[in-house]
Amino acid sequence: MTGWLTASELSVVVLSLKVSLVAVVVTLPIAYALAWLLARRRFPGRILVDALVHLPLVVPPVVTGWLLLILFGRTGPIGGWLDEHFGITLVFRWTGAALAAAVMALPLMVRAMRLSIEAVDRKLVDAARSLGARPWHAFLTVTLPLSAPGIAAGAMLGFARSLGEFGATITFASNIAGETRTLPLAIYSGLQLPGAEAQVARLSVISIVLSIAALIVSELLVRRSGGSRAHVL
Amino acid sequence: MSFEVLLDHRIGERRIGLGLASDEAITALVGPSGAGKTTVLNCVAGLRRPDRGRIVVGGTVLFDSAADVNLPPERRRAGYVFQDARLFPHLKVESNLRYGERLTRREERWIGHDEVVEFLGIGHLLARWPATLSGGEVRRVAIGRALLAAPRFLLLDEPFASLDPARGEALMRLVERIRDELKVPILLVSHDRSEVARLTGHVATLG
Repeated sequence: MTGWLTASELSVVVLSLKVSLVAVVVTLPIAYALAWLLARRRFPGRILVDALVHLPLVVPPVVTGWLLLILFGRTGPIGGWLDEHFGITLVFRWTGAALAAAVMALPLMVRAMRLSIEAVDRKLVDAARSLGARPWHAFLTVTLPLSAPGIAAGAMLGFARSLGEFGATITFASNIAGETRTLPLAIYSGLQLPGAEAQVARLSVISIVLSIAALIVSELLVRRSGGSRAHVL
Repeated sequence: MSFEVLLDHRIGERRIGLGLASDEAITALVGPSGAGKTTVLNCVAGLRRPDRGRIVVGGTVLFDSAADVNLPPERRRAGYVFQDARLFPHLKVESNLRYGERLTRREERWIGHDEVVEFLGIGHLLARWPATLSGGEVRRVAIGRALLAAPRFLLLDEPFASLDPARGEALMRLVERIRDELKVPILLVSHDRSEVARLTGHVATLG
């Protein structure tokens, strides 16, 4: 691998994996909570929550990046607060790239998880309750394990999406080598340079391989946990 | 009184009204399909809140709209055997049986795991997934799971429906044994009056 890739290319791959992994791991519980809320609860403002979650899927990524700049920029309401109280800066940092990736991946993750939660028969939750389970226990022992395939699928889909994230990242976190220059940004930068064709090709191949691997893993996870015991009667 | 159910509930256009007071070991509720029999069981189990009424089982008030009493299902301790069994598909038979048992305090248990397994003849099924069981087996496991949760009463929803005559007869004998040996009050729902006449003298009609 090191013989094939230059050190800077390798660092791009490592950074991309780090950004995507952090984005997915941090987003996972939030996405699941949102998915559960949208699948199981009727509350005022539900349509608004649904629309907000899906916003990054429908607006141009550069607009999402701009919104992140407004909100999480150093003078933005959330960014300013984070800076003041925790000394955390997100813009122009790899953590900012992770935030951009997370926001862009969120709708895909919520959709996959929501479908799997909706597929869990509420009657099974009722059965758990009648057997003595409090709501929280019934959730942990019935809804959560039965929706696990959706969690896995959502995570992998989110990971693949994060790896490919470009527009919101370059807008919000910028294109800084070694800090926010993930695979798509490095490919884009390579295209601007004369004589970098081979580098662009290598990074593109890695992009394709990683994304397809994530999709295949997600598919296998779903199949393995779905299997023959997914339905009773 | 084993069961005292007084309820008034409206679902859409349909109105379900029932007044029932029984001291029999088994109380049967019969009526045509769509009369709301399962709804009544759900109300007794605490899975549905009736508009108005009072539900008392074995002296414990489970629901009383006038006194604003409405115990959550997990505190009613109903052994609810659903018509569609509702075994947990991600758990093997053994874990299904243990589900309610684990949630029950030791001093509340009145029947042991091995006893239930032997009583129902399901020892050979313990390592199986629910999806691989036959209809009769599924129902026996569901009864076992309910018994192991140390219920104060049993709710059986059409326990004999859609079983072939031999299996239906076997399950009928099982319910008779539960009635005679385990001494736990049973509220049983059926669409077939002749089916329950043999089990009990108290038959209430709905719809």
